[in-house]
Amino acid sequence: MAQSDTRLSTDQPPAKSPVRNIPGLSERRIPSGTGTLLRIAVLGIVAALAVFGAFPLIENESWVGLAILVLATAVIFAVYITPRAVPLKYLIPGTLLLLAFMVYPVLNTVATGFSNFGDGHRGTKEQAIESIEGNSVTQVAGSTVYQLTVAAEGDPATGDLVFLLTDPDGAPFLGTLDGLQELDPGSVELSDAGRILTAEGYTPLDIAQAGARSADLALLSVPTEAGAIRSSGLSQAFEGSPQSAYDEACDCITNVATGAVHTADDTVGFFVDENGDNLAQGWRVNVGFRNFTSVLTNPTIAKYFFSILVWNFVFAIMSVLLTFALGLLIALVLNNERLRGQRLYRSLLILPYAMPAFAMYLVWRDMFNTDFGLINKLLGTDINWFGTPMSARIAVLVVQLWLGYSYMFLVCTGALQSIPADLTEAAQVDGAKPFHAFRTITFPLLLVALAPLLIASFAFNFNNFTAIFLTTEGGPFPADNPRAGATDLLITYTYRIAFGGAGAQYGFAAAISVFIFLIVAVISAISFRRTQALEEVN
Amino acid sequence: MRWNRLHAAAGLAALALVVTACGGDGDPDSGGTAGGTDTDPPETSAASEDPGSTGAGLTIWADAERTPAVEAAAATFTEENGVEVSVETIAEELQTQYVTAHQAGNAPDLVLGAHDWIGNLVQNGTIDPIQMTEAKIAEFNPIAIEGVTFNGQVYGVPFAVENVVLFRNPELAPDAPATFEEMVTGAQALQAAGSVSEILAMPVGENGDPYHMYPLFTSAGGYLFGEDETGTYDPSDLGLADPSAATAMAKIAEHGEAGTGALKRSITGENLVSLYTDQQVAYMLSGPWSIAALETAGTPYEISPIPGFEGLGPARPFVGVQAMYVSSSSENKAVAQEFATNFFTRPEVARAFYDADPRAPALTAVFEEVAAEDPNVAAIIEAGADGDILPAIPEMAAIWDPFGKAESQVVGGEDPATTIANAAAIVQEAIG
Repeated sequence: MAQSDTRLSTDQPPAKSPVRNIPGLSERRIPSGTGTLLRIAVLGIVAALAVFGAFPLIENESWVGLAILVLATAVIFAVYITPRAVPLKYLIPGTLLLLAFMVYPVLNTVATGFSNFGDGHRGTKEQAIESIEGNSVTQVAGSTVYQLTVAAEGDPATGDLVFLLTDPDGAPFLGTLDGLQELDPGSVELSDAGRILTAEGYTPLDIAQAGARSADLALLSVPTEAGAIRSSGLSQAFEGSPQSAYDEACDCITNVATGAVHTADDTVGFFVDENGDNLAQGWRVNVGFRNFTSVLTNPTIAKYFFSILVWNFVFAIMSVLLTFALGLLIALVLNNERLRGQRLYRSLLILPYAMPAFAMYLVWRDMFNTDFGLINKLLGTDINWFGTPMSARIAVLVVQLWLGYSYMFLVCTGALQSIPADLTEAAQVDGAKPFHAFRTITFPLLLVALAPLLIASFAFNFNNFTAIFLTTEGGPFPADNPRAGATDLLITYTYRIAFGGAGAQYGFAAAISVFIFLIVAVISAISFRRTQALEEVN
Repeated sequence: MRWNRLHAAAGLAALALVVTACGGDGDPDSGGTAGGTDTDPPETSAASEDPGSTGAGLTIWADAERTPAVEAAAATFTEENGVEVSVETIAEELQTQYVTAHQAGNAPDLVLGAHDWIGNLVQNGTIDPIQMTEAKIAEFNPIAIEGVTFNGQVYGVPFAVENVVLFRNPELAPDAPATFEEMVTGAQALQAAGSVSEILAMPVGENGDPYHMYPLFTSAGGYLFGEDETGTYDPSDLGLADPSAATAMAKIAEHGEAGTGALKRSITGENLVSLYTDQQVAYMLSGPWSIAALETAGTPYEISPIPGFEGLGPARPFVGVQAMYVSSSSENKAVAQEFATNFFTRPEVARAFYDADPRAPALTAVFEEVAAEDPNVAAIIEAGADGDILPAIPEMAAIWDPFGKAESQVVGGEDPATTIANAAAIVQEAIG
């Protein structure tokens, strides 16, 4: 325990008054007034948020979520009320947020990669069946359409709901869960349009009252021989029957009108018939490693995966190298105190960093337009920038250079100023040429400070979706494959495959994301290991 | 750990704040914010003071352009019935956000969108069919009803019909061209005289724009999906794989960058209208959504149907239908259905909607009334009279990307036959 060690290591007797400002150093520390107030406030907010979040969790019966919430709240309370556990007091907020916003999404993505979650496969099988059966209710051919007044027996808010119906001839009927009965025309009063206004023993509901009882209204349907009479809105009712019915025995859906039978296929999450045609609504199933293996084995995907991967590396490395080179060059030039107007140059050169990248990508895209773009007009050329692979790649790198060099300029300036000037002066005195001095003294010291930033910049540009998607959208595309373009990154390729075709395929996109994550994680880990060797320089 | 009085006081105070959190929820049932459709406080504060309103309200989602019109209709409904209706604007990706919200249990009761969403919305189980009487259905433009019908059921209440047309600057080109070639020749003469710099403003872009190219494609004999006896699109008959597609693309290639230069990849949806308003071009192929920009710029325009190719068939554009859908997870389904089928389809409500957002109304009676006053609306519908309803089947989503890129490559000068054959193969594989 840190506290006892510290105390024992000093030879002084314990001070009479407890040490105040070193947290946790003495268990007899009396907390200060503002500290206590702050603690009360923060703990109060945490408790309030916990309770606020608990109600929806309980209603949805998500016990796992509730357990996590209770656990997290208990941990926070325990850590901040006790005077012990000092390191945890500093680590808990960051750790909890890390778990919530980094670890959990990653785990969720990996889990999604094992399913076929996507458009048409979003819910459970029961939801799909309910949707198919519900959507198949059609009006019984030749049946009457009734004018409807929703009424209640007695109190509008609590009485049993009934349908007061009139057919096109004006004959009144009463519709309840037991069936359709005729009403005595004398006991009802009709409006000019033919709807029932009042009826003996029943209280008509207006739209607001009927809306308040929507849940009960949804359950009310009047059974008839052909089907059931349901409400269509609040002023009409029709006799409808569902055309599709689910049979649990054969695990299939039969359409009574056409006789088509679709059987549930739990490997793909659809109802399919003999020809392989499926019903529109499907459900989410676990597909195991299928998403992962299809990335590697599907010929369309695998064929272009490698070439896209190569360009992805080239793009990321070149982005970093070009911006670093230009940023370092400008930083070296502006590092000279004898240069006048340094502030002015600095402010102008920082401007690209201050501009919102999203908007700048769009502006650059329009500047590269073949016929109307600024670049072609200034240079007087007719180059189809985004039409050929090489020119598109050069264009994208030019945009990256413009947007990224000022960041590198800033960090290089900072790093340069941290290198003591007497090192280079000593080299000069020794007769070293400027470039030699730079290469052997300044540059290695720079790299010590900048290597992590360069690696981070590489990792960022490896997945720089907006840089490619807003400028070239991944193009130009070869004639035989509209899916993989010459400037496509893995992430834009993933996006197109997952969301471009027949709806969103989140499961497949998650699987490719996991691959990209592994690639970037491995490269970053290796790079960080190697940059530790640079530390030896200092 | 020694509990002293201050620790106890801290714990008690924290619990006291907990109690205030419970009580300050505002909702009569504390689980009111739980997953279910969200019952946002209404924007029409007048209704909340109405003693008749009971807290059962409707939520409608619309995009930015249509929100004012929907808000006006919602206010009328609230006034008549005392039910609170709140309208929320979703500026981007309304369809995706709606499906995601539905899955999370937060979907609105009603949503406005294009009819080609229906395939996707139905396969995700997010919308309910709309039951309208035959008499009511007959009041609509037949192509509007065709657009919202899917698998034999009507899924949305249509309120607007739109298609692309030819905008023409009458000062530069006084007469409407009868054929595409006539338009190109006229524009080339203007180019030679120096009045314009481009022949035609039709968005192509690097990745193509099949929506705008479709009328030329159909004029030259192409089609996307065959139709079965009932008139619904049959995904097994893929028109892109048919020889007619290669012929059609060859015709389009004649006007590409290697041909007359009428179609250019450097013209995109972004620079389209500004080309026309800067008077760099006399002809523009666009839809009613561009009219607002033209009015603001004050450039004169006349609307005429898109001319077909000489000696070939008429140019049939895609017809798009805007409709209102009822969410399947709505807690107020009866009132939502009432709003959609009985209130929204009233002629005076449809007319008010048109006044706020001028698109050709789907109700025939309202359309005729409006067409008499606004020549643009009449011209747009006339241009689309022959049009094909944009297919709403889920397989359509697999067509846009490959077809568009094929178009861009053909315009750029690639061989039409092989390009379209490749596209057809990709689509065939995607739809299975």
